[in-house]
Amino acid sequence: MSILGNRVVRLEDPRFLRGEGRYVENLDLEGALSVTFVRSPLAHARVNGVDVSAALELPNVQVFTGADVDAHPFGPPPHWHITTGMERPLVARDVARFAGDIVAVVVSEDRASGLDASELVIVDYDPLPAALSVEEAVKDDVLLFPALGSNVANRGGADDLDDRLFDECEIVVSGVLVSQRMVAAPLEPRSAAAVVGDDGRLTLWATSQTPHTGKMVVAGLLGLEPAQVRVVSPDVGGGFGAKMVEPEAVLVAWLARRLGRPVRWTETRSENMLGLPHGRGQRLSYTLGGTRAGKLLAYRLEVLGDGGAYPALGAYLPNLTALMANAVYAIPKVETRTVSVVTNTTPTTSIRGAGRPEAAQAIERAIDRFAAEAELDPAEVRRANFIAKDAFPYATPTGATYDSGDYDGALDLVLRSAGYEELREEQRRRRAEGSVVELGIGLAAYVEISNPVGEAEFGEVEITEDGGAILRTGSHSHGQGHETTFAMIAAERLGVPVERVIVHRGDTDDVPKGTGTFGSKSTQIGGVAGRVAADAVVERATALAADYLEAAAADVLLDVESGSFRVADAPTPSLSWAELASKASADGRLGELRAAHEFQAPPTFPFGCHLAVVEVDTDTGKVVLVRFVAVDDAGTLINPLVADGQVHGGIAFGVGQALFEEVVYEEDGYPLTGTFVGYGFPSAAELPSYERIEMVTPTPNNPIGVKGIGESGTVGSTPAVVNAVVDALAPYGVRDIAMPCNGENVWKALREARG
Amino acid sequence: MTNVALTVNGERREADVEPRQLLVYFLRDQLGLKGTNVGCDTSSCGACTVLVDGESVKSCTVLAVQADGSDVTTIEGLAAGDDLHPVQQAFHEQHGLQCGFCTPGFVMATVSLLRESPSPSESEIRQALEGNLCRCTGYHNIVRAVEAAAKAGA
Repeated sequence: MSILGNRVVRLEDPRFLRGEGRYVENLDLEGALSVTFVRSPLAHARVNGVDVSAALELPNVQVFTGADVDAHPFGPPPHWHITTGMERPLVARDVARFAGDIVAVVVSEDRASGLDASELVIVDYDPLPAALSVEEAVKDDVLLFPALGSNVANRGGADDLDDRLFDECEIVVSGVLVSQRMVAAPLEPRSAAAVVGDDGRLTLWATSQTPHTGKMVVAGLLGLEPAQVRVVSPDVGGGFGAKMVEPEAVLVAWLARRLGRPVRWTETRSENMLGLPHGRGQRLSYTLGGTRAGKLLAYRLEVLGDGGAYPALGAYLPNLTALMANAVYAIPKVETRTVSVVTNTTPTTSIRGAGRPEAAQAIERAIDRFAAEAELDPAEVRRANFIAKDAFPYATPTGATYDSGDYDGALDLVLRSAGYEELREEQRRRRAEGSVVELGIGLAAYVEISNPVGEAEFGEVEITEDGGAILRTGSHSHGQGHETTFAMIAAERLGVPVERVIVHRGDTDDVPKGTGTFGSKSTQIGGVAGRVAADAVVERATALAADYLEAAAADVLLDVESGSFRVADAPTPSLSWAELASKASADGRLGELRAAHEFQAPPTFPFGCHLAVVEVDTDTGKVVLVRFVAVDDAGTLINPLVADGQVHGGIAFGVGQALFEEVVYEEDGYPLTGTFVGYGFPSAAELPSYERIEMVTPTPNNPIGVKGIGESGTVGSTPAVVNAVVDALAPYGVRDIAMPCNGENVWKALREARG
Repeated sequence: MTNVALTVNGERREADVEPRQLLVYFLRDQLGLKGTNVGCDTSSCGACTVLVDGESVKSCTVLAVQADGSDVTTIEGLAAGDDLHPVQQAFHEQHGLQCGFCTPGFVMATVSLLRESPSPSESEIRQALEGNLCRCTGYHNIVRAVEAAAKAGA
């Protein structure tokens, strides 16, 4: 029986449970110097000079400024189409463009003396006017890069809007949704360590989701051949899209070469809150039109995106939002337009969902607004407009091709599981009795795109001398459980116990290629690459076994139940993997039992439907999430235990945005959410247990049928919760509430509606 | 420098520390016990939770000198050889961990909780673990793990 689909407890767990996680900060590095960054406290300022003399009076302290650092500036790859001339100097020279921009680097014997020295670095700043919001930046009054004459970093979609887009519509609703800026907040702060070997090669340990890309970035910025660089990303304590390779790690690598000594850096949480790129930060203007009977006819989405001070992936993501604009709905006319600008804030990047949550948040809010206007049940408006189950592959008006789906099925399942009618009944009861605590029910149907740009991933399977296997993958795992799920995929093909498959990842010397982990793409390309490589190994092993069994390869088969090779129709003699590997090793032929494969495939489109139930105290605005029912369909499940965990975490991240989280800057650009004291993401006390319901609609885009599952929970949960909060307050005339729907914003919306 | 003497995971340890040295860095850097993680520096996240004289404390909020004379248990001191502690075992079986960074803190906080309240309700568990943050699991399976550990009599 296949191991796939079983709830296999994770093979990687014991080292974490015993406190033996191999995080970069735990690396023993004899004689390493400590790096401390001096960061601008101002959002926008001219840097007139950096006085390091007092710092240098401390023993064994060195300080480097922008003038000392000869590495290339940090810029996005060309395929994101970001305006050139907005690249980030690794250390700011003349101008600091956000609170957190690095202005000097201190190197010391230990962490404490580095902190002491950094406080003695005197930077002479002249404050400049700052553009802190996209609304401000798009005016181009304050320019971050004056030579360019504009703050625009990226544009996409329609040049001219169609004046007649909504002409046939009986009902048109429009609104603005701000998908507020958030932080990824991985529990592990970033860390980097670097050493130059006797051979001159650089080894950089970094907390990165993408070590192979990191290697190319480091080599490029330091002017090295890629072969001169090794990047190792061992255990990483969560990434959520934000931990790639940032300027800090490149500077650590630069310092190791400059000083000829090992160096290391681990950030503080407050440094992480400023320095690790933020996410979301989109202002979405939506207009949705249709018939009074509930048929949707036209949708327009305009996105104003916030790239932060030095635009990169975050400035590109509105294009992904536009691609997913019409979501699960068959809307005949869809028009999108996106603009991203730079602001004097922390640069932005992908965080869990990366462009897709914003699309779902806008249209799911718009649908509820439309349903309210048409006086229809929001579930029925959704049902009436879903892309039909038999319409796949479905080409959307925005240019995506959805692989497979059953949106009706997901809605039915969530309504049935939640007891939708009973919930509405309870809501009516509370309303009738004038309860202070109202009940709100919110729905969100979603589809997302995983492996959004159709990337490839590398996989290699090697049989070891003892008959076990090594699976090398270019994918990275920082909580996702690859050491178990990828091992299951190979074990199933090889017919060996799952614990005999050791997954290697994260070291560019050990794994020759890789694209890393983001965009929920690991299993659907990395896992599949491992499977194809395992199949190739089986084929080679069969040929080798045929030699030893003195049979034709065509007559030899692998019995995956017993993990042994034998001649068809003859139970004996047989050769186990261990026997085969041992013979092959003795004959110098073990190398034949190794095969690699790169698997590339188009994106897949996981989908689902979420239902949130909230209680809202109409006196205080306090919101409590009391139930969360989630139907998520990511195709074939390899390990349902791990899939559950991915969905749970995704839901919590999305609920965080709906109810709690927001990066806040003071008017002068000083960040108010610079620690976990000021920035609250939910603890166990703010969340309920989730009611997760599996649904499986395989994708035709890979041989396993698997789609991504890491981000779907986030895409669906935010709009479900926001819709629930607004639904609770509908009788008061509340039509919208700004995120996060915390007590303050809910109370304000109520007060405004009550007049 | 000040001399401190304490028992860590059953072993007597003595060292000279800077008066400003935090307990967590004393454990990590001076004693080499790197299982205890630092997540926030503001006592918010609980990744650094250890037991001092049997009670859970956030070791980033305690000076090493304050722990002088006390009995400290870290995550490394929990398992009995090859056998995981029942709380560790429950986190394993219930998939109560993903990236693992918050895990030592959650496990230690759970050990402390179950000593005070051997069979807590779901609501009690959620309130009791409010001082420990996890960004991966959404807490669902952490709560299941605590329930399972309670059932196993941890």
